[in-house]
Amino acid sequence: MTAVPRIRTARAGLMITLLALVLGGLVVITTSMGFIPISPGETLGVMWDGLRGAANLSDQLHQSIILEVRLPRILTAVSVGFGLAVAGTVFQGLLLNPLADPFTLGVSSGAAFGAALALLLGLTFLGPPTLCAMAFMGAVATLFAVITMSGRDSELSPTNLILSGVIVSAILSAGLSLIKYLADDRVSVIVFWLMGSFVSRTWYDALLTTVTGLSGFAICLYFARDLNIMSLGSRSAKSLGVDTGRVRLILLLTASLISAMCVSVSGIIGFVGLIIPHLMRFVVGPDNRWLLPASGLGGAILLLLADTLTRAVLPHEVPIGVLTALIGGPMFCWIFSRTRSGRHRG
Amino acid sequence: MDKVTYDIKGLSFGYSETCVLNDLDLTFEPGTLTAIVGPNGSGKSTLLDLMSGHHAPTAGTVHICGKSVSSYNPVELARLTALVPQEFDFNFPFTVREAVLMGRHPHIPRFSHPSAHDMALVDMAMKMTDIALLGDRILAELSGGEKQRTIFARALAQDTPALLLDEPTSSMDICHALKSMTELKRLTREKQRTVVTILHDLNLAAGFCDRIVMLKHGRIHAWGNATETITAEAISNVFGVHANVINTATGLHISYGIKERP
Repeated sequence: MTAVPRIRTARAGLMITLLALVLGGLVVITTSMGFIPISPGETLGVMWDGLRGAANLSDQLHQSIILEVRLPRILTAVSVGFGLAVAGTVFQGLLLNPLADPFTLGVSSGAAFGAALALLLGLTFLGPPTLCAMAFMGAVATLFAVITMSGRDSELSPTNLILSGVIVSAILSAGLSLIKYLADDRVSVIVFWLMGSFVSRTWYDALLTTVTGLSGFAICLYFARDLNIMSLGSRSAKSLGVDTGRVRLILLLTASLISAMCVSVSGIIGFVGLIIPHLMRFVVGPDNRWLLPASGLGGAILLLLADTLTRAVLPHEVPIGVLTALIGGPMFCWIFSRTRSGRHRG
Repeated sequence: MDKVTYDIKGLSFGYSETCVLNDLDLTFEPGTLTAIVGPNGSGKSTLLDLMSGHHAPTAGTVHICGKSVSSYNPVELARLTALVPQEFDFNFPFTVREAVLMGRHPHIPRFSHPSAHDMALVDMAMKMTDIALLGDRILAELSGGEKQRTIFARALAQDTPALLLDEPTSSMDICHALKSMTELKRLTREKQRTVVTILHDLNLAAGFCDRIVMLKHGRIHAWGNATETITAEAISNVFGVHANVINTATGLHISYGIKERP
């Protein structure tokens, strides 16, 4: 009688377990890859010792490569991928638009503008976290501008949000160009940062993104069922007892916070928040209670692979934002044309 | 609470400058099936929006069981009244069964799974609307009438004492339109539900509904049982068409035609 939802649920649960295992395995394997190859077994041993805080008997050099160089960068990449994909899923669900992601609302551009401003003016009033703070302020200011523009009443209509987002993004990208123009000798710093990179990330970055990513994810998961209902449109959702205005505001803020943290740590990395939720919807279905964790893990895997590719496989470090767009763009075209020619699955 | 009475007093509503509803007084009682009829733009859907709390009145009040609609929190309200909207979106590939199960949302606590009772209500609603065999299909791929039956089933699964419907049968075939109306009638008779539905088909309204509210330009033109409200004169006044109303043993039969230009 209830066979269908159960099969779908069981499959989704299996998929998520599988993704988590793959991610765990990949973290170990990629940590052992690099300029100085280390065996996965030794990597695992060093990680385990590091976790226990035990003194390590193995090679001091290998230990410091793993714990101080590779692991912070890898964990940052993982949590940024996780965060971007979760934020993308939430934006798509909220805006009822499969093309929505942190960029659609101008949130990423706002964060980038704030961070670029900090780089241009050489702001360091908070020390190293200044960049994060400025990015977050940029993202929040943009979000509020977009919300004010689109919400005449308490209801934030998806079409208005997207329209305002596109307009604000256009203004911000002009502002960003102006900053680059004014930056003179600093321009290379800004440009390289904008292209996105995980080079020399510290434990501080890893911790910041992990904590933001996971707590944001918890909030989104709390409202996952409301998000499902909201896909029916706000009149229906309200009649089913969902406080649409409130849920939309909370989720917009949460997803923007996650995006801002990701941008401030790694620059602009596109396409992860767009493609991964699409891909995962094919696999686990549209129910956000499963889609959110699956997307998060998928995003983490994708960004980890992309970062490893540029770090350990390619002869030169390519900015990861460029790489994800180069791989992700064509992949998105392929998915899109397949969806259009095959069954219409939103 | 298993019975709901709507009390509407002095209700007016307007968008910026245009006045959509003007000073309505209406009561909808448990155990009655009421049809709202009227030409396009006469304010039928707006009346339903005000009753479901989607809009707030510019003047006057809508009370459910003696309390203003706006004083209920969304979940409380969703346990009292279900809505079948005229337009519905399906943005993501949910299946028919998942969509019907969403009707149980206000009854299932957060992080809980649907109980056997929830699933039984979903199955019953799907059987009632003949969509049991479509359960695994993706909603967006169904025909218009099948989608409408799914939305109808969702409202039935919500299992509320009051039911508001906006042209629930507009895309359905004759058989399913009749079945849906029969089900609404059964709910008012057997479970003392309060049902208010907007209808365009006057024959359906006359054949099934206890009370009929006829709206014209945001005002009540007539309010009463079928024989009182649906007359050739009223139809001519409100809709501007020529009508033939025949009162037979099986009920009213209405046929209409465009008025000849003089």
